[in-house]
Amino acid sequence: MPLLFRTLFKTRGEAIAFGGFLLLLVVILPLALPVFRLNLVGKYLTFGFVAIGLVLLWGRCGILSLGQGVFFGLGGYCMAMFLKLEASDPVTTAIQSTPGIPDFMDWNQITKLPLLWEPFKSLPFTIFAIFVVPAVVAFIIGWAMFRRRVGGVYFAIITQSIALIFALGIDGNQGFTGGRNGITDLRTLCGWDIRSENAQYILYFLCVVLLFTVALGAKYIINTRLGRVLVAIRDREDRVRFSGYDVAMIRAFIFAFAAMISGLGGALFVLQVGFMSPSIIGIVPSIEMVIFTAVGGRLSVLGAILGCLIVNFGKTTFSEAYPDLWLYLMGGTFISVVMFFPNGLAGLIEKIPTSRAKYLEVFNRVKKPSGLPTPTKATPITDEQ
Amino acid sequence: MGEYTNEELQSIFIMQSFSGLSLFSVLLLMGLGLALIFGQMGVINMAHGEFMALGAYTVYYCSHLTSTLAPAFGPYYFVVAIILAFMICALLGALVEWGMIRHLYHRPLDTLLATWGLSLVLQQTYRSIFGAREVTPTLPDWLMGSYNIKEGLDIPINGMFVLGLSIVITIALITFMYCSSFGLKLRATVQNRKMSAAVGINTAKVDRLAFSLGCGIAGIAGAAFTTIGSTGPDSGSRYIVDAFLVVVAGGTASLLGCLASAFGIAQAQSILEFFLEGTKGKVATLLVIVIALMIRPQGLFPGKVRGH
Repeated sequence: MPLLFRTLFKTRGEAIAFGGFLLLLVVILPLALPVFRLNLVGKYLTFGFVAIGLVLLWGRCGILSLGQGVFFGLGGYCMAMFLKLEASDPVTTAIQSTPGIPDFMDWNQITKLPLLWEPFKSLPFTIFAIFVVPAVVAFIIGWAMFRRRVGGVYFAIITQSIALIFALGIDGNQGFTGGRNGITDLRTLCGWDIRSENAQYILYFLCVVLLFTVALGAKYIINTRLGRVLVAIRDREDRVRFSGYDVAMIRAFIFAFAAMISGLGGALFVLQVGFMSPSIIGIVPSIEMVIFTAVGGRLSVLGAILGCLIVNFGKTTFSEAYPDLWLYLMGGTFISVVMFFPNGLAGLIEKIPTSRAKYLEVFNRVKKPSGLPTPTKATPITDEQ
Repeated sequence: MGEYTNEELQSIFIMQSFSGLSLFSVLLLMGLGLALIFGQMGVINMAHGEFMALGAYTVYYCSHLTSTLAPAFGPYYFVVAIILAFMICALLGALVEWGMIRHLYHRPLDTLLATWGLSLVLQQTYRSIFGAREVTPTLPDWLMGSYNIKEGLDIPINGMFVLGLSIVITIALITFMYCSSFGLKLRATVQNRKMSAAVGINTAKVDRLAFSLGCGIAGIAGAAFTTIGSTGPDSGSRYIVDAFLVVVAGGTASLLGCLASAFGIAQAQSILEFFLEGTKGKVATLLVIVIALMIRPQGLFPGKVRGH
C-alpha cells in the first residue's frame, strides 16, 4: 500500500491537496449547499471526467482533441436511451398511436422501436455500452489517424469536424434520436425515482466517488511507465518510435481511455440532469471542455477538475448577472491562460514557493536509492573538441 | 429520385449547382485565407470566421452610411465597401498577429485555442455593437434580380457576381504568390524558414503580412457573403468547420487543392441538400470528407513541405 501511495502521489503536498479536495466535495459542499446547487456541482463534476481524459490526452500526450463532447454524448445517449425506454412503458404511453415507444418516435410516425434501441432495454447491456461504445469509436478513429501519423492541428480539426457531424446527425434524425430537443423526461432508473432529493444526493456521491476513482487511475497512469512514455511521445515522437515503441497504438489506447471515461461522465450527466441533447455535445461544448482543462491546468488531474468547477461556477453566476460580459470574460480568460499561464491554475499554485520545496527535499531523501550515483551535469559535446 | 422527370432533374442539378457555386465562392475565399496562414505558419486561425463576419459588417455599415448620408452614391458603394472590408480585416489581422500569434508560433495547438478565445470576444463585440439580430445591407440594384435562361431555370445575378469576385481574388492571389517579390519570400519561408532567414528574409515581417493578407481575404469573403445571406454575430462560425475541411482536404498550403476541394464540398453539399432533407446532405458530405481524410490524411494535393 505505501508503494502504491507513493506511486500515486509524488509529493506530500499532492496527497494533501487530493485529500482536501475530497473533503470539500464529500463533506463541506453537501453540508453547505442546498440540494439544487449540489446537483449543479454534480453536473459540473461530470465534465471533470472529460477533463481528466484531456489531461492524459492533451497535457501528457500532446494530442488535442476538439471532439471529446462526442464521447461524452455517446455515453450520455446510451444512458438516456435506457432511461427513455423505461419511461415509455405501454401503460404511461397509452395515449400514443403506438404505445410502448418513446414519445418523439411516435410524433415522427415511427411505429416500431428501431433495432438499435432494442438492446438498451437491458441495464447490464447499457452499462456495458456506456464504457465500450465510446472507447471503440475512439479507438477506431484514433487508430486510423495515428497509424498514418496524423497529429497536432490536423487531429484537432478532424475531431472537431466529427463533433459537428455527430451533433448535426443527431439533430437531423429526429424520429430516431429525439432531434434538437434531445431525449427528455427521464424519470426512473429501474423503478427508482432519480429526480427525488434523496436520489440526487446519492447520485452526487456516486459521481464524486467515481470521479476520484478515475482521477486516481489517471494519476496511476501518469506516474507509471506508460505516463512517462506519453510525455516522451509528446516531446519527441520520432525518438520514441525509433526506440521501438508503437506510438500509434499507445496514442490510440490513451484516446480510447479518455473517451471511455468521458462516456462515463456523460452517463452520470444524464442521471443527474435528466436529459440529453445535441447542444451538450457539439463543437462549442467540446471546446469548452478543453477550456476547463486549460484553465485548471492541462498537466494536473486535480487542476482539471478544479477548472471544471471554477469555470462552470463562473459561467452560471456571471451569465445570470451579466450575460453580455460573460463571453468577454470567457474569451479573455482563455486567451490569457493560453498565453501567460499555459499550465493553468495548477501551474500557478505549484509555482508558489511554499514549503513544497522542503517536502520535496524530505521525500527525495527518503526515496533516493543509496546505490546509484547522483547524476552529474553532462558535459556538452561541441565541435571544437 | 424516381419521381422527377429527366428534364426536371437537369434543371434541379443546374440550379443547385449555381447555388453551390455561391457556397463554393465563400468557402474558397475563406479557405484561401486559412490555407495561406496555415501553410505559412502551421497556425490554425479559429477566429477566421469572425474576420469574415467583420468584412460582412463593414459592408453593412457602409451601406447604412451611404443610405443615410449620400443616397446618390448607392449604386457604387459596394465596390468601395469590399476594399474597405479587406483593409479593415487585414489591419485587425496584423494587430492580432503582433499582439498574440507571434508569441505562440512554437505552440501551434495553443494558437488554435487562443484564437478561439479571440473569436468569442469578437462575437460578443459584434453582438454589442450591431445587435444579436441578423442584418442585411441594401444591395445596389445591379446586384438584384436574376437572369432567366429558360422556363424554370433562373440564375441569380448576385451569385454570379460572388463567383466572379472569388475568381478574380484567386487569380490575384496566385499572381501575387508567384510573380511578386513578397510572394517569393513567402514561398521561401514556407519551404525553409531557417534558410530564408539566413539569406536575409525578414521572416517575422513575412509572417505578419501573410497573416494579415489571409485575414483580409476573409474580409472579402464576408463582403461576398452579404450578397447571398444575412449577417449575424455567429455567421462566421457557421462556415468555419467547412472552411477548415476545405483546407485540410485540399492539402496543406496548396492553393490548387483548396480550389478543388472547395468546389467539391460546396457542390456535394448543395446537390445533396436538395435530395436529402434538412442537414442530412451536410452530414453526408462531411462524413465522406472525414473518412477520406482518415485514409488519405495528406489531402488532395499534398505540398512538398517538410515540418517546420
